[in-house]
Amino acid sequence: MSVLEALEHQNKETDSEAAWPSWFSEIQKSAAKDFEASPAPTRKDEPWRFSDLKAIDLTGFVPAGPVSSEGRIINASQSLPSFAAKMVFGNNALLFQETPALPEGVLFKPLEVAAREHESLFREFFMAQPVELGSHKFAALHRANLQTGAFLYVPANVEVALPIEIFHWVEGENASVYPHTLIICGENSKVTVIDSFRSADGKRALACGVNDLHLSPGAKLNYIAIQEWSDETLAFHINSTLVNRNSECTALAANFGGKFIRGESLSRMIGEGSRSEMLSLNPLDGKRQIDQRTLQDHAAPSASSDLLYLNALDDDTRSIFAGLIKVEIGAHGTDAYQKVRNLMLSDTAEANSMPGLEILADGVRCTHGATSGEINEEELFYLEARGISKTYGRRLIVNGFFQTLLQRFKDEALREHLSKMVAAKLGLPF
Amino acid sequence: MPEDIKRTFERLGIPEQERKFLAGVEAQFDSEAAYSNIKASVGEQGVIFVGSTEGLHKHPELFRKWFGKVIPSGDNKFSALNSAVFSGGSFIYVPPGVKVKHPLQAYFRINAESFGQFERTLIIADEGSEVTYMEGCTAPKFETATLHSAVVELVALKGAKIQYITVQNWSPNVFNLVTKRGLAHEEAEVKWIDCNIGSRLTMKYPGVVMKGRKARGEVISIALAGDGQHQDTGAKMVHAADETTSNIVSKSISLGTGRATYRGLVHVPKHLKGCKNNTECDALLINSKSRTDTYPAITVRGQGNSCQHEASVSQISEEQIFYMQQRGLSEAAAMSLAVNGFVNDLVQQFPMEYSVELKRLIDLEMEGSVG
Repeated sequence: MSVLEALEHQNKETDSEAAWPSWFSEIQKSAAKDFEASPAPTRKDEPWRFSDLKAIDLTGFVPAGPVSSEGRIINASQSLPSFAAKMVFGNNALLFQETPALPEGVLFKPLEVAAREHESLFREFFMAQPVELGSHKFAALHRANLQTGAFLYVPANVEVALPIEIFHWVEGENASVYPHTLIICGENSKVTVIDSFRSADGKRALACGVNDLHLSPGAKLNYIAIQEWSDETLAFHINSTLVNRNSECTALAANFGGKFIRGESLSRMIGEGSRSEMLSLNPLDGKRQIDQRTLQDHAAPSASSDLLYLNALDDDTRSIFAGLIKVEIGAHGTDAYQKVRNLMLSDTAEANSMPGLEILADGVRCTHGATSGEINEEELFYLEARGISKTYGRRLIVNGFFQTLLQRFKDEALREHLSKMVAAKLGLPF
Repeated sequence: MPEDIKRTFERLGIPEQERKFLAGVEAQFDSEAAYSNIKASVGEQGVIFVGSTEGLHKHPELFRKWFGKVIPSGDNKFSALNSAVFSGGSFIYVPPGVKVKHPLQAYFRINAESFGQFERTLIIADEGSEVTYMEGCTAPKFETATLHSAVVELVALKGAKIQYITVQNWSPNVFNLVTKRGLAHEEAEVKWIDCNIGSRLTMKYPGVVMKGRKARGEVISIALAGDGQHQDTGAKMVHAADETTSNIVSKSISLGTGRATYRGLVHVPKHLKGCKNNTECDALLINSKSRTDTYPAITVRGQGNSCQHEASVSQISEEQIFYMQQRGLSEAAAMSLAVNGFVNDLVQQFPMEYSVELKRLIDLEMEGSVG
């Protein structure tokens, strides 16, 4: 069964189970049409410049069936020692949910339940931002095939002290999954969410995910996406972040797995004094390719945004970064920063950087930088002189490279968890 | 030489400058070389400086060898058009080891309405030679648009140095679509100094292909986009040999509704070692309706090379203006001074009379932009 045939199949299933309200299946039907009607990306499309269009071929993917190793998946869904709530999804179904320390009033539910019980909230925020960075077609695919996901609503003035954890798993050859996370932060609320993406086996899979973050005035959100798909997975991660007056979002995308990862990240500053930090750390090895497109859209005055993307490219890896800072008319007093750094670790790696600026207002401070370089020989020599082997020394330096980004996280448990993952990826003891 | 043309050039100050300083001058009116002279001493050294049509007729052996080699006619639509219909432009050949002390200079002027000018320039600097070429562009203001579509090819053979300086001040209804590229062989250096003040739309990205070991490419770019203008400029650096280095410094100023765009390309292919690129783009926004964009693309393959790109957008600090006003300068004069200060380090790389002209042009453009 192809992905599209699966669509119809799934729509029927939806009707019979009535998990989703009936109006949602209309949305899915029109999304399926949208997917069919939208042209596939071509080499001439600027949002796909330098990209590998052969890598995004959807042939062969089939709908994911129920997982066979449910218990193992649930047991393996661990990251931080203590958390406020947890949801585990496997192959487009909710497997497990617990809420040990969730403050009252916080809604943390599967998407379809939220669509039934909180229709107006759902309708207002569900995929409300246009997908403008190239993956319109794949966003339509996601919308059409969506079966479940996490819905989080934190009411005004509520602080969730411990992080909320979400796990999305895929299992089986050529399985396709559509992970979705929708976070709505009420006024002056505060929450940290860790969204993990994992494969239960090393097989080829398709993951086409969407996560939308909405911050009401004064809200604070830390959103950490940890991607550990199998080395054979084709993944699309489409993210939008909307920050209102005086709200602050820090979003990190850490990519440890996948074969070809297309990440699109939009941050829209729509209120004065809002701030969005966009971070990504990508230790690339094997034949991995990462294609990231970002937009920092300043629609309100006196807002700030800060982007830092770090790529370490080993073996035959390839990175593409295209980022744009857009300062719209009237967004005076904008402070925007964008930096991409490529650390080249092999002769066959390739880094493409396209940092961009479009400034239509004055009184702004906008800077971007892009660097590509190699390991500093002197640093390596320093380590070797202290008895550390070259291989090990190189790993330590790469680790240090990523530490510059991890230092930004003030939460110690979170920083330690991420440091551990980076160290493990690089083959260092922690 | 017709009296009116003579007067025009006298106003431009050519004969005067030529007498004092310049090694050769070529003036081009509507694509035909109107007047050209080359100092006897330069001619004696074997330097050829003629119109491109004359070059084609008189020096076919050189012309044929290099014409269309740096920019193939099919490179883009406008280079194809130019290759088909070109007339005018300069043909320069500098023999091995000859260092032309003074700059060679050309002026381009469009005089007819709804006109298309297709300048074609080919400069060949043979081994170990050095040459500086300057071009200026002007046109009176017509009701209808005119097109200037030029192709400029530079070939710097082993150890040669070419410096190409442009001060473009077309009237604001000229579409200026130009393809410029240089080929730098081993240890050769190609440097573009590009200043765009006029035209309605300029699209120009001078490039250097560094083909030989230790070759060097440089682009220094200044763009001033006033009301209704779009300066879409930039640079291309293609590293094609080991230890090649390139440097791009771009400064743009957007005034009124003007839009300045930097578009760049840096390419370091596989298995090269010791390549370095440095790119700096600074943009200054003067008014709230001004716009600036930066679109670089950098591809690096393999380790052992380093590329860095940095761009910033800012405005004139109010404190600076306040400081100058305190000392009795008008706001306009203070703004003008601040803008000149912004581009000063680049302007200093221009030959003296050009840097003076440039400062004057910036002052003129800045007039009435305050408020």
